[in-house]
Amino acid sequence: MLSFEKLHKSFGKLHVLQGLDLEISEGGVFAILGPNGSGKTTLIKSVLGMVIPTSGKILLDGENVIGKWEYRENISYLPQIANFPANMSVKELIESVKGLRQKKSNEHDLIALFELEPFLDKKLSNLSGGTKQKVNIVLTFMFECPLIILDEPTTGLDPLSLVKLKRIIADAKDAGKTILVTTHIMSLVEEIADEIVFLLDGVIYFQGSLAEIEEQTEQSSLELAIASILEKEKA
Amino acid sequence: MIRILKFSFADLARSRWSYIYFAFYLVLGFTLLFLNESLGKAIVTLINVIIVLTPLIGTMFGTMYYYNSKEFTELLLAQPVKRSTIFLGQYLGLSLSLSGSLVVGLGIPFFVYGITKSGEIWDFGLLLVAGFFLTFIFVALSFNIALSNENRIKGFGYSILMWLFLAVIYDGLFLLSLMVFNDYPLDKASLFATVLNPIDLARILVLLKLDISALLGYTGAVFRKFFGTQLGLVTSFTILILWVVLPVLRIVRKAKKKDF
Repeated sequence: MLSFEKLHKSFGKLHVLQGLDLEISEGGVFAILGPNGSGKTTLIKSVLGMVIPTSGKILLDGENVIGKWEYRENISYLPQIANFPANMSVKELIESVKGLRQKKSNEHDLIALFELEPFLDKKLSNLSGGTKQKVNIVLTFMFECPLIILDEPTTGLDPLSLVKLKRIIADAKDAGKTILVTTHIMSLVEEIADEIVFLLDGVIYFQGSLAEIEEQTEQSSLELAIASILEKEKA
Repeated sequence: MIRILKFSFADLARSRWSYIYFAFYLVLGFTLLFLNESLGKAIVTLINVIIVLTPLIGTMFGTMYYYNSKEFTELLLAQPVKRSTIFLGQYLGLSLSLSGSLVVGLGIPFFVYGITKSGEIWDFGLLLVAGFFLTFIFVALSFNIALSNENRIKGFGYSILMWLFLAVIYDGLFLLSLMVFNDYPLDKASLFATVLNPIDLARILVLLKLDISALLGYTGAVFRKFFGTQLGLVTSFTILILWVVLPVLRIVRKAKKKDF
């Protein structure tokens, strides 16, 4: 469904993506892992057109999307840091974002799920970090999009909300959607991911299932497996 | 684009600063009319305030707004919206809300004092048009600076410097050059230099309309000859429009290539 061909991206002298090739098949949860600065966010942002690749192709259902914008109708994105216009209320923000898309939305269920009703008329600047993240999650999941991209989705969430988020992700997966997640929380990956994409120095170092990465590194958990890859690279 | 424009407009319409700016003009208008007791004199006093203040406010708000809404811009960028739409919408939203504060804030006191029934309505109108242009020009310039500078302290610094240069330093250099080249005929050169700086251009346009150009001496006569003609007026407005269009084009071009 989504594929990258020889993707390069430099920021000045820093060569972040170095000819990355990747194939993401339709349906399932893909965890994009890698140490800090390995290019995870750059990769995600280039799918969204927020970062413009230096060269290479990004194909969504066979069509190169670089420089286009209409295709974003079919992508939901949860950004890492959520900051909204300070003077708007939660309700107004949701209405405004709805106005930018053609698709129907089901925000009511999500608002009820995260118990956001008391905050609907509050100004966004008065919300706590966790509540903002919940609003962010509502904005992401209220549209039915075949591709969902989550950048560090758990930031600031309490355990109960985290459980709810995992359930939403599981439901989306059951509905046949493709979900890309970046996170540093390995237990989350072990719980939800079908496939692991490990980025190192701007190329794909490993792509496969959880069992495969553990087997390949002869480790008993994902955390240890990743640690052993990184250690080997350093040596 | 209308949606993004409404977005920014709605956000700004609720911002405390928009109200302070609006209230400032309201109070200023009433005070000047109260003290001068004449529409004409109040307008003359207003010239300097508008010519200097609208660019400064446009510059400061433009830079501040760009940096403050950066994360939200990123959220918009992930939506199915064209990039140029996002930035033009934000630009228009901010410029319209600032110039709206100006027009309504000054409009109310002058309306109460009966500007619509007086002969000064055109002078007042031109003054507002000048303020309008200056707001659009300086918001565009400050957006340009903010787009090119990731570091907001730097961006803010450059913006203020830009304002300082066009509002103060430019005139200083201009006067200095008049002194240095005193022996040469300078009316053409000074006309040229005035037309190039939007603040000076706006000031001269309003001053000449107010018929107090006698104050400007010999150069004033040259200016009068130029600006009084159809060609002069068309040229001045073309230049003001160019001062808006060129920076806006650069915003679009720059925004297309930028990584977020």
